[in-house]
Amino acid sequence: MPKVIVEVMPKEVLLDPAGKATARALQRFGDGEITDVRIGKRFEITIDGEVTPKLLEHITEVAKDVLSNDVIEDVISIRVAD
Amino acid sequence: MRVGVITFPGSLDDRDALRAIKLAGGDAVSLWHGDSDLHGVDAIVLPGGFSYGDYLRCGAIAAHSPIMSEVVDAANKGMPILGICNGFQTLVEAHLLAGGLIRNDHGTFIRRDQKLRVENVETVWTSGYTQGQEITIPLKNGEGGFIADDETLKQLEGDGLVAFRYLEVNPNGSLNDIAGIRNARGNVVGLMPHPEHAVEPGFGPDTPAAMSSGTDGLAMFQSVLAATVLS
Amino acid sequence: MTEHIPDTVENAAATPDKDQPFHLLGLKPDEYQQIREILGRRPTSGELAMYSVMWSEHCSYKSSKVHLRQFGQKVTPEMTKNLIVGMGENAGVVDIGEGWAVTFKIESHNHPSYIEPFQGAATGVGGIVRDIISMGARPVAVMDALRFGAIDHPDTSRVVNGVVGGISFYGNCLGLPNIGGETWFDPVYQANPLVNALAVGSLRHEDLHLANAKGVGNLVVLFGARTGGDGIGGASILASDTFAEGGPTKRPAVQVGDPFAEKVLIECCLELFAGDCVEGIQDLGAAGISCATSELAANGDGGMFITLDNVLLRDSTLTAEEILMSESQERMMAIVRPEKLDAFLAVTTKWDVETSVLGEVTDTGRLIIEWKGQTIVDVDPRTVAIDGPVYNRPMECPAWLDALQTDSPSKFARATDGDELEKQFLSVLGSPNEADTDWITNQYDYYVMGNTALHTPDGAGMIRIDEVSGLGVALATDANGRYCQLDPYVGAQLALVESYRNVASSGATPLAVSDCLNFGSPENPEVMWQFARAVEGLADGCLELGIPVTGGNVSFYNQTGDVPIHPTPVVAVLGSIDNVARRLPSGWQDDGENLYLLGVTADELGGSAWAGAVHDHLGGVPPRVDFAAEKDLAGLLGAAAHEGIVTSAVDLGTGGFIRAVADGVLRFGVGARVWIDEIVSRDGVDATAALFSETQARALVSVAREDDVKFRGLCDGRHVPVLRVGVTDKRSGELEVQGQFSIAIDQLRSVHRGTLPAHFGPVVGG
Repeated sequence: MPKVIVEVMPKEVLLDPAGKATARALQRFGDGEITDVRIGKRFEITIDGEVTPKLLEHITEVAKDVLSNDVIEDVISIRVAD
Repeated sequence: MRVGVITFPGSLDDRDALRAIKLAGGDAVSLWHGDSDLHGVDAIVLPGGFSYGDYLRCGAIAAHSPIMSEVVDAANKGMPILGICNGFQTLVEAHLLAGGLIRNDHGTFIRRDQKLRVENVETVWTSGYTQGQEITIPLKNGEGGFIADDETLKQLEGDGLVAFRYLEVNPNGSLNDIAGIRNARGNVVGLMPHPEHAVEPGFGPDTPAAMSSGTDGLAMFQSVLAATVLS
Repeated sequence: MTEHIPDTVENAAATPDKDQPFHLLGLKPDEYQQIREILGRRPTSGELAMYSVMWSEHCSYKSSKVHLRQFGQKVTPEMTKNLIVGMGENAGVVDIGEGWAVTFKIESHNHPSYIEPFQGAATGVGGIVRDIISMGARPVAVMDALRFGAIDHPDTSRVVNGVVGGISFYGNCLGLPNIGGETWFDPVYQANPLVNALAVGSLRHEDLHLANAKGVGNLVVLFGARTGGDGIGGASILASDTFAEGGPTKRPAVQVGDPFAEKVLIECCLELFAGDCVEGIQDLGAAGISCATSELAANGDGGMFITLDNVLLRDSTLTAEEILMSESQERMMAIVRPEKLDAFLAVTTKWDVETSVLGEVTDTGRLIIEWKGQTIVDVDPRTVAIDGPVYNRPMECPAWLDALQTDSPSKFARATDGDELEKQFLSVLGSPNEADTDWITNQYDYYVMGNTALHTPDGAGMIRIDEVSGLGVALATDANGRYCQLDPYVGAQLALVESYRNVASSGATPLAVSDCLNFGSPENPEVMWQFARAVEGLADGCLELGIPVTGGNVSFYNQTGDVPIHPTPVVAVLGSIDNVARRLPSGWQDDGENLYLLGVTADELGGSAWAGAVHDHLGGVPPRVDFAAEKDLAGLLGAAAHEGIVTSAVDLGTGGFIRAVADGVLRFGVGARVWIDEIVSRDGVDATAALFSETQARALVSVAREDDVKFRGLCDGRHVPVLRVGVTDKRSGELEVQGQFSIAIDQLRSVHRGTLPAHFGPVVGG
């Protein structure tokens, strides 16, 4: 069954404390190459049947309305995976 | 006056909110998230807790419950709505209040008796306080960091929409030490601390006078009862 | 995809010589033989897995049963008069009056908390809470007793952060106030942290439910989370084996907890109980479905038939045996009358809790489990759940014990001046086991439900049960592995009286006991001796105090290689109070009150906090236990609280008198001026003993001037030795020990509160 992958990231302008904490942790293991980390979410949505343009449109809508909070997050990609 | 408290799956402080309303002298009504009927209440409280386990985002799934479309409708018509902690998160997700709430900056859950300043008494939930009053209200959350982009922040501050501010200690990294905000109309208020845990002597925060004697939260529930009497 | 073919009963009978990996599942050769004898054939794979987990140490108590019997034997009718349900059920139930009962229990989740601290601790909370729900109660509070390795060891932080985070995550999400507990750091627990979780629930008498399957034809219903591949065989593999040096030897699937699912389950169950939809109920923990079915059947009419086909799965690739043994969390099994099924489903549907009917109660005396029409389990459930192996393990008094007991801390030179005493005091106050645990406890909610009358840092937690009358219960947990290492019999009794005294110091009357016994390997005769002595001490102690053990838990195999932990029996005492308004905080708030020391002081520093912090020493003998004095003291405190003539009570425990004074000062930040010369002269001890001795049956109380006469009269009438030792002082900002030293409260605070943050990170607002 095909899957649609949706990726959501916090808005760039806003603070991402989880990402900041992770960056600090990574910096302890490296040589200063890692400067920043931001943490988002990846949704794997399983589809029963074909991924039609209409379905993709619907997913785009729910990605904006439900899977993300558009005040603080951006949907950065939606794609079909096999 | 009938004040409803909505129970979502995972709501925790609904019982405490119901108790607070009763102590303030109101008629406490339990409302169910799956119900589309507000049962003739005059005001609504969205209580604290971990609705839907805080999964997806805090308050996100709750914001899409059947009852929420009624709540949004009622809010737009001027009904007093109070969101406490998870309830605040739900109101923000439902876009009834501005901004967003994210993980505490220090990364852990924190429970402490928090000093607040009442910044705005021009709402039905805060009219029982005096402008600038310092109160102590229990705070307990892991995702209480208030954020908003610069423009929204400027607007909140400029229009006087900040309702409560953290004093002495910022417990979660909230921008501008914002603990709670209101909408432009003044009927919708949200705050991270829990006024319902400071309403009964013997079970509230410690005060210099006596252990567990703090009841600074009671005024919030008394305010709305006074307001609905007048309207 | 080839379908898994389960091992059926028919197949087992036909292939008696099939090689079965019983040793990998934790069974010994003789146990395996016993199973073959019971069945009259080789077990199927499913039956083998079932027996292996149910006969594991964790589930069957095979090494401890012979000793634990004492808890049921050393009782009097007077002791058990308030006991509605005793040992043997999921949790004990105590009548507290006004038609109310409370159920409570403490349980361990130690090994999983070393492997995956966050989920290990989280699922530990989940498990104990489900035990409480399955009695028909609403859970109302939790507590936890924790033991970690050395505070400065690099791995300790990993375990501490995970465990505290897990308890916080699960407990807070369930909406249960965490009202107390204790935390110790000691190298002996480095690779064997202890996470003992306690839960207490309240119920009306008529709401009591038991875990038995009665009524032929009644339905067996599984509800809650779906079944997945969590922790398969966890109980037997983890708890019946130790960890080799350098890390855990086994990494089976760890159980992942979903507190939201459990919160929903709590509300759902309470509605089911209210609607009289449930005849019997059991929660699913170790050994999952195999345990729940065998226990329900064994405790009931003796027979049950279920099919695993109906189990709702999270993972469709699970084999029949895996479904049987899965330890997926947040699941319950109920026995439901057929005519009640619709009502049952209406409630579970409302709460969005998935439900499946697996089978029914029968009168065959057999537990029959089918998969796709084939029988994969056919056993007498009693042989699985009740009549498991019983071992009388060899015991041997440790060869090193005499030398340890002879090595008394009295060999150390005593401090000669106030400066030195002050230094030693601050060293004790800031030592890891005496330090403030705000770093931990401010990650826990104690406000939720609005009924918490006392909470950490008070010596006991207290919950209001009846919002009209104010009827409430108090709880304390205590354990001292150091005392037990010196003498397990006395050490266990010391844990009991400490917990008892903490409850009494809150103003409540102690009623009942639950215990979590954490020890090394029972195959080590020295450990087994320690265990036997500790159980005997605890049973004898309960008999003396007149309060029964209502249930508990044993955790063996807490050792790394050959080195066991200190014997660490954790004792929880529950008490009741007529009205929580009469409770006593662990510190004074007002100026000019008199401070009284109740009890007498001897020179007892063996295993003390002073010996550990100042001299890094563990040796000698622990303090004596005086049950009569403890009972007198408890009675006095209860009466004083009831009459409102003391304003606070601090029990004296580790750290002795001066620690209690510090506790009293730090509770609300109100200073005190105390003197020890009368303790020295009346009791014949020196300054060090007066300050640091850990003599038992003592408490420090504050009394308002106007109640002095009444208070002293009460003490005289009850023959409790009393000595005025100080006054509270709101203006000084100091703790002064007259003639010795004076410390600013700010400094006290920074020493006391600095230790954990120094190792684990800053406290918010601290």
